[in-house]
Amino acid sequence: MTETIVITSGKGGVGKTTTSASLATGLAQRGHKTAVIDFDVGLRNLDLIMGCERRVVYDFVNVIQGEATLKQALIRDKRHENLYVLAASQTRDKDALTQEGVGRVLDELKQDGFEYIVCDSPAGIEKGAHLAMYFADRAVVVVNPEVSSVRDSDRILGLLSSKTRRAEQGEGPGPQHLLLTRYNPVRVEAGEMMSVGDVEEILGIPVLGVIPESEQVLAASNSGVPVIHDAGSIAGQAYADAVARLVGEDVAMRFLDAPKKGFFKRMFGT
Amino acid sequence: MSLLDFLRPRPKNTANIARERLRIIVAQERATRGGPDYLPLLRNELLEVIRKYVHVGTDAVQINVERSSEGEVLELSVALPEAGQATGTSG
Repeated sequence: MTETIVITSGKGGVGKTTTSASLATGLAQRGHKTAVIDFDVGLRNLDLIMGCERRVVYDFVNVIQGEATLKQALIRDKRHENLYVLAASQTRDKDALTQEGVGRVLDELKQDGFEYIVCDSPAGIEKGAHLAMYFADRAVVVVNPEVSSVRDSDRILGLLSSKTRRAEQGEGPGPQHLLLTRYNPVRVEAGEMMSVGDVEEILGIPVLGVIPESEQVLAASNSGVPVIHDAGSIAGQAYADAVARLVGEDVAMRFLDAPKKGFFKRMFGT
Repeated sequence: MSLLDFLRPRPKNTANIARERLRIIVAQERATRGGPDYLPLLRNELLEVIRKYVHVGTDAVQINVERSSEGEVLELSVALPEAGQATGTSG
């Protein structure tokens, strides 16, 4: 049984690729055979975040157009032998992706025994984003607690319930989850940032995870190691929790409250 | 918050403002979602016509498309101001 999960958001720069890399890695760490696919044709980046940019020979478009086999194009992760990356084409234009071609590649992955296929959507609502969500069984909508990101997420939720194969076949949208990134509990307490509850209430779908704003996220992308590997960081732990919830475990939310300050800090500031 | 912060003006709770603005715009966009493209335009033109006679706010006109097996129903609701405040700007 294969589950296809799209990581999407509408707005750019909210953490879709970071999230795709960490969720896919987390699923593989739990022993599931997982593939993560970059749908951002022309702006390939998942390879950098996964740290395999120098091993890309063939890409997604090569496979769709029959210039390479899927086996040749799948890049096996250095750390997990059950995790594979399929890079986006850097040179083709986005019309190179076709619905029929994407469907064919996903079917082949299913036949190869992949348990999870994570589709990293490009920003926007154009063809790449449409195809990333079209075949998905469930969706993770990445959102920052900020007005434009929340509004764009709602737009994406609308597309998920009308422009996917499930919707077209009258099955209704599959499970949808919110994943908040760049969450800053100190600013939430100060009334400067919307809370998890606010965002959840506005968008009306359940929260899969909350990733606190953390320096470790940039450090991880700098070094090409998905942040979930950094088990000492709060962002890494928050992603590990999200993966656990994704596979159905009941894990309490963490890192939602501002750290308590001592007396001196309260009096004299940080 | 440190001692010095008391001397500065306290910033407004902008998170609440964000939440309220989003609530309204998201509800509005959901109501017209999947409907014909002309709905926002229709809504604005209706608003202009109504404002010729009654002074209403910019969010007074709500449009909703309901789908059923019978077909689609375009639902319009116009919130009028209370009787005392109604000031027609045109005769």
